[in-house]
Amino acid sequence: MATATHMHGRIGESIKRKEDARFLRGKGNYLDDFVLPNMLEMAILRSPHAHARINSIDTTAASAMPGVIAVVTGELMAQHKLAWMPTLSGDTQAVLATDKVRFQGQEVAAVIAETKYQAEDARDAILVDYEILPAVTSPDGAKGAGAPLIRDDKEGQKDNHIYHWEAGNQATTQAAFATAHKVVRLTSFYPRCHPAPLETCGCLADVNSATGKATIYMTSQAPHAIRTVFALVTGLPEQQIRIISPDIGGGFGNKVPVYPGYVVATAASLLIGRPVKWVEDRSENLISTGFARDYHMTGDLAVDKDGKMLALRVHLDSDNGAFFSDAQPTKFKAGLFHIVTGSYDIPTAHVTADGYYTNKAPGGVAYRCSFRVTEASYLIERLVTNAAIELGIDQAEFRMKNFIKPEQFPYTSATGWVYDSGDYPQAMNVALEKLGYDQLRKDVEARRKKGEVTGIGIASFTEVVGAGHGAEFDILGLRMFDSAELRVHPTGKALLRMGVKSQGQGHETTFAQIVTEELGIPAVDIAVEEGDTDTAPYGLGTYASRSTPVAGAATAMVARKLRDKARKIASHLLEVDEEDLEWRVSRFQVKGSPDRAKTIQEIAFAAYTNLPEGMEAGLEGVHYYDPPNMTYPFGTYAVVVDIDKGTGQVNVRRMVAVDDCGVRINPMIVEGQIHGGLTEGFGIAFMQLITFDSEGNCIGSNFMDYLLPTAWETPSFELGETVTPSPHHPLGAKGVGESATVGSPAAYVNAVIDALSPYGITNIDMPVGPDKVWAALRSKGVTE
Amino acid sequence: MKVAMNVNGVARSGDIEPRVLLVDFLRTNLRQTGTHVGCDTTSCGACTVLLDGEPVKSCTLLAVQVQGRDIMTVEGLAQGATLSPIQAGFHEEHGLQCGFCTPGMMLVGTALLERNPDPSEEEIRWAISGNICRCTGYMNIVKSIQHAARARAEAQATPPAHAGVAVGGE
Repeated sequence: MATATHMHGRIGESIKRKEDARFLRGKGNYLDDFVLPNMLEMAILRSPHAHARINSIDTTAASAMPGVIAVVTGELMAQHKLAWMPTLSGDTQAVLATDKVRFQGQEVAAVIAETKYQAEDARDAILVDYEILPAVTSPDGAKGAGAPLIRDDKEGQKDNHIYHWEAGNQATTQAAFATAHKVVRLTSFYPRCHPAPLETCGCLADVNSATGKATIYMTSQAPHAIRTVFALVTGLPEQQIRIISPDIGGGFGNKVPVYPGYVVATAASLLIGRPVKWVEDRSENLISTGFARDYHMTGDLAVDKDGKMLALRVHLDSDNGAFFSDAQPTKFKAGLFHIVTGSYDIPTAHVTADGYYTNKAPGGVAYRCSFRVTEASYLIERLVTNAAIELGIDQAEFRMKNFIKPEQFPYTSATGWVYDSGDYPQAMNVALEKLGYDQLRKDVEARRKKGEVTGIGIASFTEVVGAGHGAEFDILGLRMFDSAELRVHPTGKALLRMGVKSQGQGHETTFAQIVTEELGIPAVDIAVEEGDTDTAPYGLGTYASRSTPVAGAATAMVARKLRDKARKIASHLLEVDEEDLEWRVSRFQVKGSPDRAKTIQEIAFAAYTNLPEGMEAGLEGVHYYDPPNMTYPFGTYAVVVDIDKGTGQVNVRRMVAVDDCGVRINPMIVEGQIHGGLTEGFGIAFMQLITFDSEGNCIGSNFMDYLLPTAWETPSFELGETVTPSPHHPLGAKGVGESATVGSPAAYVNAVIDALSPYGITNIDMPVGPDKVWAALRSKGVTE
Repeated sequence: MKVAMNVNGVARSGDIEPRVLLVDFLRTNLRQTGTHVGCDTTSCGACTVLLDGEPVKSCTLLAVQVQGRDIMTVEGLAQGATLSPIQAGFHEEHGLQCGFCTPGMMLVGTALLERNPDPSEEEIRWAISGNICRCTGYMNIVKSIQHAARARAEAQATPPAHAGVAVGGE
């Protein structure tokens, strides 16, 4: 109960989640749970080849099969100018192939039938005559003069090069390298992986043939942005498009883009006049929807004789697949990769990036990270550990020596980022203490003397999250603000509607707690709604850890607007000047006489029943928040591994994670996010790999080939925290959903490399499976 | 063909094609959508139900294979407004985030505690290793099942105590 000093569910309290009630009872509403009257089901035929010309498509047999309403090909889509669609990176992507297929799994045709079983039966009866072409499966393969031209559909496209992009200062970096005592190089491949949320992607399109209104249920992390894209692609008036993003079974970036299936299902519903549902199966999800990473990186770190970092030079080749459809801000072709100087005070840096088309699935989504921050963090943290080993300096000491110092904030990095706040030495110290680092180092040496292979890995990451501000960050020109609309009802209960969209992050609880903190309404009395573009205020959605930094800020700001109005009403009710009132948790009271007070509930009732002369009725508001800067969460992760020389198996003995995400709104939820991120980082470091054979066949097209961590192999985590508030966020919060996926892969791999360093092994690319470790040890003559 | 089974203690039947999967019968024919589909290949466990008390993956069973048998789904766990110990455990220990794997995880946990009322962490991790969670990192799922084990033990020590706690609907 609320008292003058205590209120359940304020910021900092680990209240249990409001959204649990329906999920615990099997009463969630995920996409595939929706059924509409007269609904049809759709199945998509996909290319078995990575690169092939389509000579003909014969749909005769399929069309005649039971229950089939329509078979849709690229030719039909082209008649409606929908065979191609724009991507989020300003390229084009085939909706259904008309000329060639450019990756295995590409959409070729679709069957719409009465039932899913019938649709899939008929899909298998479509006959396609392909002329197989040579496939390109890597940037190196894309470069050569004789490389097959993948995008011959694009006028003026003479090769497979997509973009060249640079950041930093080449001249000053070159000059610094010339003076270096030592240059340490790391060539590293961050392999392709896939977010693989447990729920796959899908939609249920319902175009009303009488009104023309298109209601599209969709597994989307960004329903408003998708609505606008749909309006632009289809030419439908935007008020006639309603995107409803229901409960989402995990997203991790995979549910940001527009997929061809959404477009085909919507077009089919429009043409047929009945609702059409499309839900991809797991293989479709893994082989065709937004992958992540696939960055080939080379980093050079220049160091002086005292172990101070002088300069960083990085080049990367990006494998973007058949269409450039990275989901990222327009002006940053390689995302926010140029945060690559990380947590270190490196005076100058130069970053170059080249993107290439290949015959692989398009995507380049930010898999639980903020637009390529993960690749950047991985490279610098791996490079720093390798440099420490090469220089013979302790990993932790080398980091401490080169950290940006607390007094340097706000800090402008060599590639132009303005870090808002940080205390890196403190996070490192908490981690080392938790780990018992000094003792553990001695223990490692003792074990090594006995012939054991063991090591410690550290990563001190800095993220850049919470996009915008809007002048710098956009999706197809849409500025990255976000929004909150708060309605307080006469009885003092409230409805909060958001422009972002939870995929399991617990928004219904976290955002309610912000209102509780700012307006004194108990969290239990606040309903939080997201995902329906007809009711929610416009927002850019949930990805890049932007919900709390941007929409959380919008929530605080709108609650403060209402509190300002509440003060005026309280002044009227108590017949005192506004200046004589003070806010106490959930009420305004007269300074010096706390018995004279009006609770927020009394004030809300008055907002509809007893207003000051001339005041507009109601207690409602909306706020669109455009952040002045990104936020910069950070932390230090430390991992201890033991390696079996006989099998190459890596055992993670300990994982300590110290995160600083600024002020924590619900610590339980924050820790849950960190657990999940550390597990995905573990999966990426050791298991998760989407790869291709030389013909472009995807290896990793199901959960028996694409290995995800289960409870059996996932280690337990030891968490710690420091709190350095963001100076520009209204609550001091920074966002945390992705920190652990960004920061942890390097910590795991650094531990492996530290363990193998006595044998002269300096790198193993992820996933660090036992086969690679075994081969590396054998290559150094270790035969035990 | 005709198929009949007990689902959460209620006799249910249908006239279906022999090839219809159990998960599709539950979701499409019976509209019990708490059982989810995550992978189609028996790998992820989102479709787990209890068949005569034992966890099975309903995406790899034909509905006709369970003719006349007892099926329990997530919809059968709570007793009215009162959550079962496993549901209460998942709520209290933050054992769920997106909720998609949760029904399968809770049913595996339920079956485990029937067989082994006081499992070690290792036994819990092994029991749920056929079920993938992409959100939680499993630590809190382990704690949730331990929470339920304690609640069951306490309930048995002091009958007729309440088996679980109520979590309000929305």
